[in-house]
Amino acid sequence: MIPLSHFMILSAVLFTIGVLGVVLRRNAIMIFMSVELMLNAVNLAFVALARSLHTLDGQVFVFFVMTVAAAEVAIGLALIVVLFRTKGTIDVDEVNLLKG
Amino acid sequence: MIHLAWLVPALPLLGMILNIFVGRRLGRKGVGLLASAAVGSAFLVSLGLFISLGGLPHGVHQAEQTLFTWIAAGSFHVTVSLLIDPLSVLMSLVVSGVGFLIHVYSIGYMEHDKDYRRFFVYLNLFVAAMLILVLANNFLLLYVGWELVGLCSYLLIGFWYEKKSAADAGKKAFLTTRIGDVGFALGILLIFVTFGTLDYSAVFSQAPKLLQVGGTTATMITLLLFVGAIGKSAQIPLYVWLPDAMEGPTPVSALIHAATMVTAGVFMVTRTHVLFELAPFSQSVVAIIGTLTAFYAATIALTQMDIKRVLAYSTISQLGYMFLAVGVAAYSAGIFHLMTHAFFKALLFMGAGSVMHALDGETDMRRMGGLIRKMPLTGWTFVVAWLAISGVPPFSGFFSKDEILAAAYHAGHPILWLIGLITAGLTSFYIGRQVFLTFFGRSRVAPDLEPHVHESPSVMTWPLLALALLAAVAGFVGLPSANGSLIQSFLSPVVGGEGGGSFDLLLALLSTGVGLTGIFVAWLMYSAGVVSPTRMAARVRPLYNLLWNKYYVDELYGFLFIRPFRRTAAFLAEIFDPWVIDGAVNAVALVTDGASRVIRVWESGYVRNYALSLLAGAVIMLAYFVLR
Repeated sequence: MIPLSHFMILSAVLFTIGVLGVVLRRNAIMIFMSVELMLNAVNLAFVALARSLHTLDGQVFVFFVMTVAAAEVAIGLALIVVLFRTKGTIDVDEVNLLKG
Repeated sequence: MIHLAWLVPALPLLGMILNIFVGRRLGRKGVGLLASAAVGSAFLVSLGLFISLGGLPHGVHQAEQTLFTWIAAGSFHVTVSLLIDPLSVLMSLVVSGVGFLIHVYSIGYMEHDKDYRRFFVYLNLFVAAMLILVLANNFLLLYVGWELVGLCSYLLIGFWYEKKSAADAGKKAFLTTRIGDVGFALGILLIFVTFGTLDYSAVFSQAPKLLQVGGTTATMITLLLFVGAIGKSAQIPLYVWLPDAMEGPTPVSALIHAATMVTAGVFMVTRTHVLFELAPFSQSVVAIIGTLTAFYAATIALTQMDIKRVLAYSTISQLGYMFLAVGVAAYSAGIFHLMTHAFFKALLFMGAGSVMHALDGETDMRRMGGLIRKMPLTGWTFVVAWLAISGVPPFSGFFSKDEILAAAYHAGHPILWLIGLITAGLTSFYIGRQVFLTFFGRSRVAPDLEPHVHESPSVMTWPLLALALLAAVAGFVGLPSANGSLIQSFLSPVVGGEGGGSFDLLLALLSTGVGLTGIFVAWLMYSAGVVSPTRMAARVRPLYNLLWNKYYVDELYGFLFIRPFRRTAAFLAEIFDPWVIDGAVNAVALVTDGASRVIRVWESGYVRNYALSLLAGAVIMLAYFVLR
């Protein structure tokens, strides 16, 4: 039986990798994948805790998160495609029109 | 016949509408004929109403015709209905009759004007508005006519709007009468608050019950109504618009001064005499203001050199007489003078217009003279009007003016009577002066104009002849007899039998004497040359200057009202608006801009920076909850 702490540590590591990816990468697709990684890290934590606490709440949450993630993929990829079409690049540092 | 009363205001309105929509196709001649025919047929219908009034059952003197309900809101109920009684029928006869003659005259006078059609459209609307005013059976409809008349005066005085003076005169007339109209509107509101209705019959029948004689409400209502009359009928202190009104075409002056507009105030006071009789104070105010105006305007007219300006001040003065009459409860005398004045003043104005027509628009009497040889019809009809306004028997003015003076004397106002008597002398003097300067003596017409002086076309002289006939003989309806004069007994169902002073031979002789003296002095000064007017003027130079400059009232009003108003407007436009209003807006923008300069450093536009902020925020919140 793997102790809960292992799951939690793995989840934290994955989440941190995701955060660093979002903050440090410039490629929009990589940022996007990092966000997915963060979501899955959270999912892992949910499932692990649900099992150890013997409740179903965490499992249910995961379904919701996965649904949202699927929707996000659809919209996010579409945005990236449009971004590429208009700017000719998916480097997010090139897209800074919102600068004050 | 009575049920056709609605045609009286409707026909001129129809003429106006037809001229607006199909006038272009009718051609110049058609437009004028249509407009004149519309007013002429309104006159015929009025005549029919006049006859059918006699056919009413014994003891009944009025009829009402309800056309439709205009406003029905709770207890507030106003119908558009017409009141047909001796007063309104007499008024509509005068308005449409004199109006018709003026329309015919205008066909000739305005022949060469480019806006011929617009002129007749306005003219028809003017007459229609006045007919609505006199035929209304409630205060609200009266007010509608009252305001429409004001609008038309604005449109017609400023008819030649390309000319700045005309546009200014139109504005002046509109604004000045508007001041009076505010009082009038307040009076009507007060009537509604007091009586809960605006119908004449209901108000007048309840008035003795609801109002105390001399009570505050009665006095307030009547004074407010009279403020409206002061504005519309050009009395002190709101008369200033009328002399400027001559900037309009001359037929318009004739219409405003004789048939429509200025008579509205006298008519309204007569119509509401039930209320005025409950407020003795207001009656005295009416009589005193009327008398003062009569005298004051007559003195100004003494020195003026503009042929139309003399007549304008003369109108103000004669209106003063009418208010004197209604102020001393001699209503039939007031209305009688209103009628005769309509005839001879329309005649005077149209005569002046005819002179201007011949002299290419010249209005300065110093450049006229001897015109009667070239324009006999204009000249002699003018003389008839002169004799009428001077009160020379048996011309119409003699009867009506004499009746007013006698009424004032018998009502116990000897001072008002005396002022009125002196004014009668002044009147005959200044019109006499005008006649001698314009039509008699040596010609002072500019040499290049001299050969072109001609009598006006017959379309203009026929109305003059018709009015001259009326001005000469209309007085006989006021011929005194055992049971009051014709006009007195005709109007008695409306205004009661009292008032309208009985004929007094001594007073009549006195006023005739004064009138003839005025004519004689004018003859001495301006025809016989016994007394030199210039030397007279030099001897009383300060007084002459005061009169010549019309007591500096325009300047005084300019100083008291117009300049402070302009100053305030300039202050608001040049200081308040750019600095306070715009300043506030600009300050808000500046603060926002300054704040954004600080904050926008954060907005780098790089997604990762935003993501980092998110992360930092999340970490801080987490830290807070964990370390708490």
